[in-house]
Amino acid sequence: MAPVGPRSGDAIFSSIDRVNAELFTLTYGAIVRQLLTDLEDVDEVNKQLDQMGYNIGIRLIDEFLAKSGVSRCVDFKETAEMIAKVGFKMFLGVTASVSSWDADGTCCSIILEDNPLVDFVELPDTCQGLYYCNVLSGVIRGALEMVSMKTEVTWTRDALRGDDAYELQVKLLKQVAEEYPYKDDE
Amino acid sequence: MIGVGKMKQYSNVLDKPLSKGKQEVSLSAFAFLFSELVQYNQTQVDNIAELERRLEDAGYAVGSRVLELLCNREKGNRRETRLLGILSFVHSTVWKVLFGKVADSLEKGTEHEDEYMISEKELLVNRFISIPKDMGTFNCGAFVAGIVKGVLDNAGFPAVVTAHFVPIEGQQRPRTTILIKFADEVLKREARLSQ
Repeated sequence: MAPVGPRSGDAIFSSIDRVNAELFTLTYGAIVRQLLTDLEDVDEVNKQLDQMGYNIGIRLIDEFLAKSGVSRCVDFKETAEMIAKVGFKMFLGVTASVSSWDADGTCCSIILEDNPLVDFVELPDTCQGLYYCNVLSGVIRGALEMVSMKTEVTWTRDALRGDDAYELQVKLLKQVAEEYPYKDDE
Repeated sequence: MIGVGKMKQYSNVLDKPLSKGKQEVSLSAFAFLFSELVQYNQTQVDNIAELERRLEDAGYAVGSRVLELLCNREKGNRRETRLLGILSFVHSTVWKVLFGKVADSLEKGTEHEDEYMISEKELLVNRFISIPKDMGTFNCGAFVAGIVKGVLDNAGFPAVVTAHFVPIEGQQRPRTTILIKFADEVLKREARLSQ
């Protein structure tokens, strides 16, 4: 059978099980609130959220590859488009756009117009250093690491901190060559 | 200094129109997130009771917000003041919005006057969870119990709410029962209102 081509994010999203976004939003809010109470330091909370995202990312990539039918991307540009157009749609039901490429095509911005994590959210003055959506950057970093790409993901714009959109900068640090795991056979 | 640097532009959440609650995310996105919630809390406790309490705590935060949201959106800024009213609000309205369906059943406890049970054959949060043997009676439904408690407490019906697995004959997976035990004052008030 010929390999199935990549499906659009919309088609996948409409065919999988979904839950109300409010349950998701409020649950995420409860997590952030717990972390703030436990760790008492916004930098630590940022770190923990990123770690949680990373944990999710390394598992989520399997489901992404299985359900999207996406095969190997030819370059990082295609990878970024995949994340924005298929990945975000498939899991969060929103689309994102890619822009601000640098000259050698290893650094770009993913801009989210719609962000289900932040409904009902307002950062109080005591949490101004918080990257509320830091879980997302961890997810992207974790997922890409599983497909041999070391990346650095940082927030460049955050509407909760007064910017006009949510923008993640994704920078490709290193493409790890795939090696056959010889050690397993020893 | 005023007018220098980036101005903080709070778009006040209360000024925004309330969403209709029709947006959805994938079930796996929620499952991944919930799993992280459970795993994180496991690192913060030394026993099962404590873990359940922490999950309940997280759920409580969701419940209190859900009550406010739904009373406003679904009930025209009214909230139930009678026992059966609030129970059916939880069983129908809250469940439908959060889990996409009405809960499987709502029953009154047979042994105690102050106990009610909401049962669900396959509770959303337990769908991808299997409990390791060494964790005994631990039930991630504690999170949902917390939601229910959050709704009831904030509506003026303080109660102790717990989640339990109940085996069903002929089924591999047990169902989850959310047991609600109302505080004395709630029953006294209810009796007075019924006169």
